[in-house]
Amino acid sequence: MSHPYKKRLRRSMMFLNCQKPGLIKDPYIYKPDSIMLDLEDAVAENQKDAARYSLFHALKEIDYRGVERVVRINGLDTPHWREDIRVCVAGGADTIRIAKTESAKDVHTVEEYVLAAEREFGRPEGSTLLMAALESCRGVLHALEVCESSDRLIGIALSGGDYTKDLQTVITGTGVELQGARQQMIIAARAAGVQCWDTVFTNLDAMDVFEEEVRMIKMMGFDGKSLVNPRQIDVVHKIFTPSQKEIIFAEKVVREIEEKKALGIGVFTVDGKMIDIAFYDGAKRTIALAKASGVYEGDL
Amino acid sequence: MEIKKAAMAGTLESSDAQVTVEPGNGTIELSIESSVIHQFGKQIRATILETLGRLEVDDAKVTVVDKGALDCTLKARVECAVYRSNGMTEDLPWGGVIR
Repeated sequence: MSHPYKKRLRRSMMFLNCQKPGLIKDPYIYKPDSIMLDLEDAVAENQKDAARYSLFHALKEIDYRGVERVVRINGLDTPHWREDIRVCVAGGADTIRIAKTESAKDVHTVEEYVLAAEREFGRPEGSTLLMAALESCRGVLHALEVCESSDRLIGIALSGGDYTKDLQTVITGTGVELQGARQQMIIAARAAGVQCWDTVFTNLDAMDVFEEEVRMIKMMGFDGKSLVNPRQIDVVHKIFTPSQKEIIFAEKVVREIEEKKALGIGVFTVDGKMIDIAFYDGAKRTIALAKASGVYEGDL
Repeated sequence: MEIKKAAMAGTLESSDAQVTVEPGNGTIELSIESSVIHQFGKQIRATILETLGRLEVDDAKVTVVDKGALDCTLKARVECAVYRSNGMTEDLPWGGVIR
């Protein structure tokens, strides 16, 4: 049976450096959907051990009030990832983010160690979810096999900094360099029935450009975005939460399709728009998203 | 656990604590410096001693400079310093004596 939280709402996934106690003690006050406690790039090489003790006690002792606790572990090309997995599982992390994923084999390797850790620390087998960060051209090209690699896998996230380095370009702010990866990844994720998240936006002085980017990735089909600052959370939630107008329209579509179906009518209009069965799933998804976001009070 | 060599963990940033352990003279010699020593001195001391006790450290000179760390941070810094003094970074007893 699939994990009950595999498809939970994940619009905002905020990175926090495990090396900094001041950052990890109370991030729930900003109400992100998920926090990503980082053992990887944000932690200096000679502080990897220190970050794990902080992580362990934070996972065990801080009540994150329903915010999903994802941990980004170090890459499989480092000496750190095995102990990272042990501490994540022992602490009861909800999800492990695998850095620099390039193939299904990478996910299988992590999965094997996670299962061993679940047995070692007496956690229910299968309780630790996984997500994969694609950070290279090879990783992006293998998006579908990564998405289909494991029942534990909740989805894939683009890591734009490393990816553009591999692509031999830079983050331009226009998004042109990320177009191919974004498109490939969202198509692969949807084909496999998993979620997909966009890369971070690091220029905190350009909130207008950030907002445009969030609107664009929402239109592309993404489930949310990796974030680096609490100021970005509200912008993402505003854009990813259906408006009252969208919710009312979705309700009408669902009700009308159900009623007309019983009468043997396949195509009709709602508020002047032609509607048929193809709109049903989209309208149901809008209502589900509104429910998960806490803005739906109807009875559908 | 024996303190084999001097080791340090943590920083002097807000909400953190810097913990130094050194080989002792047959007992625990604990010195604490904290801006909140009057309000929380007893609790900080108890947390440090309890953590050292769990790790079976009974012979060490321990120096703590506290910058308003939560209990979980104090424990994390003491454990890190003790394991560093033993050169251990892998196969740690998460959920065992580290808890």
